[in-house]
Amino acid sequence: MSDKAVQKNTSKKKKGQWSEVWRRLRRNKMAMLGLTIISIFILLALFADVIADYDEVAIKMNTSIRLQGPSKDHILGTDELGRDIFARIIHGARVSLQVGIIAVGIAIIIGGTLGAIAGFYGGKFDNIIMRAMDIFLAIPSILLAIAIVSALGTSMLNLMIAVGISSIPSYARIVRASVLSIKDQEYIEAARAIGAKDTRIILKHIIPNSLAPIIVQGTLGVASAILSTAGLSFIGLGIQKPAPEWGAMLSSGKDFIRQSWHVTTFPGIAIMLTILSLNLLGDGLRDALDPRLKQ
Amino acid sequence: MHKYILRRLLLLIPVILGVTFLVFTIMYFTPGDPAKLILGESAQPAQVEALREEMGLNDPFIVQYVRFITKALTGDFGRSYSTNRPVFDEVFARFPATLKLTAAAMLIAIAIGIPVGIISATKQYSALDSISMIGALIGVSMPVFWLGLMLILVFSVNLRLLPSSGSETIKHLILPAFSLGVGSAAIITRMTRSSMLEVIRQDYIRTARSKGVAEKKVVNKHALKNALIPVVTVVGLQFGGLLGGAVLTESVFSWPGVGRLMVDAIRQKDSPMVLASVVFISVTFSFVNLLVDLLYAFIDPRIKSQYR
Repeated sequence: MSDKAVQKNTSKKKKGQWSEVWRRLRRNKMAMLGLTIISIFILLALFADVIADYDEVAIKMNTSIRLQGPSKDHILGTDELGRDIFARIIHGARVSLQVGIIAVGIAIIIGGTLGAIAGFYGGKFDNIIMRAMDIFLAIPSILLAIAIVSALGTSMLNLMIAVGISSIPSYARIVRASVLSIKDQEYIEAARAIGAKDTRIILKHIIPNSLAPIIVQGTLGVASAILSTAGLSFIGLGIQKPAPEWGAMLSSGKDFIRQSWHVTTFPGIAIMLTILSLNLLGDGLRDALDPRLKQ
Repeated sequence: MHKYILRRLLLLIPVILGVTFLVFTIMYFTPGDPAKLILGESAQPAQVEALREEMGLNDPFIVQYVRFITKALTGDFGRSYSTNRPVFDEVFARFPATLKLTAAAMLIAIAIGIPVGIISATKQYSALDSISMIGALIGVSMPVFWLGLMLILVFSVNLRLLPSSGSETIKHLILPAFSLGVGSAAIITRMTRSSMLEVIRQDYIRTARSKGVAEKKVVNKHALKNALIPVVTVVGLQFGGLLGGAVLTESVFSWPGVGRLMVDAIRQKDSPMVLASVVFISVTFSFVNLLVDLLYAFIDPRIKSQYR
């Protein structure tokens, strides 16, 4: 073992664990490809305003240049109202990534808490919570999201809530399962023996040790949340016009599919690349976080 | 086994009740006054109030729910706010189209997924394996409605081979079923491959090979039979995804199923119709999941023996 490695081991243990995960993730070419693509999308979303002005390029109609194919001025062409498709895609990335990440955040917080309570306390709590989750699971998640959005009304926040709520059960199940596998470990017993309270045990011991499956499911979950968001917008229940959103762009481009191919092609490719990269990254994280695969 | 089936059927009752309660609650809080919706904008407040009273909309939430559920048990889900026809009849009339689309998509998914998965596993790390794994990766990443649009672009607009909307002939079914099925095909491919790879390393496969059984027979008989058990579960789980995806696919291809009925109903704020559609699809989904679990128990002797 080199000096460096020894040094690493003696430094803070937590940091060591994560750098080990990163080292393993870095060796996975597909995961790195995913990480690269999603980073590009995140950067484009962050600097969308710098690259293309929202009001002038992404929103303002310019019917004299409507439905133009890709060219030097508009690398991905223009849509039916003469708006630059590339500009709309990068501003749309902002919407999709925000909704995807916050929706998953909502699902992790609510689902994770429910799952932790169910797993930690067991018995009656477990029964009530998990039966409620069964009911949620009995409704295909996109249908549940559709129903919630139609009740709350269409806005970005409601979309996040709807997509988030409809994916609560999967996080509840995952957290419950990992809590169940952790709670009888000796270090939990030790914590209890020195008088730690339940909340402390859950927050300090159980949650950090069940992070791995949540991270994996969360990464894959952002992908499916983005898909749901695009689907909801596609049927007119998501982000409202004229705001650029990938699903909504496809929905309005659909009417012009016979005249111009590019209007429906590029926003879809953006969705596909985002989902693909998150899936690659999620799969890679699963392998990197799995201690059984440690060499 | 009978006991197990009966127990599972009984367990469905609370789930279905829960689903109706959940969806009823969501619909209850949907803004907009149904009485106003039925009478139109020009209605007098007194008229609206009278209709509200008649429809029982002034009753407490729980009274309304109990009334809804007792009626629903007899197949009465109320009347559509826009057509005034019983919603159950309308949903039921549209259901065969959705079922046809979903079943066709499932068949396509299985017909692609299982053979490709087997080939991928038996020729692990070959070019064929890489191609099908990349294909599967792309397959799971494509939004179903976008794939539908791309298929329309290629096969309807450019090649003029297949129709882009309608449901009259089998030709109309090809594009919607394919776009709906591809995602599931990808998932089934991955599952078949990994399950096959696991089984191929088992001792009994080595035994079969060493006693001279032909490789083809080893794969088709010894390995496949065992590898397919987890695949069955995935197929069942996919069914729910397909029912959900059908809502989007039906919108793309103007397919006259429950999904499109529901999307139209949402636009018209026709809550009874939305409620009935969601409940109908969810109940179907629950029954399919039950069937899959039973099938699972049936094909896996290890589980079957527990319930003898």
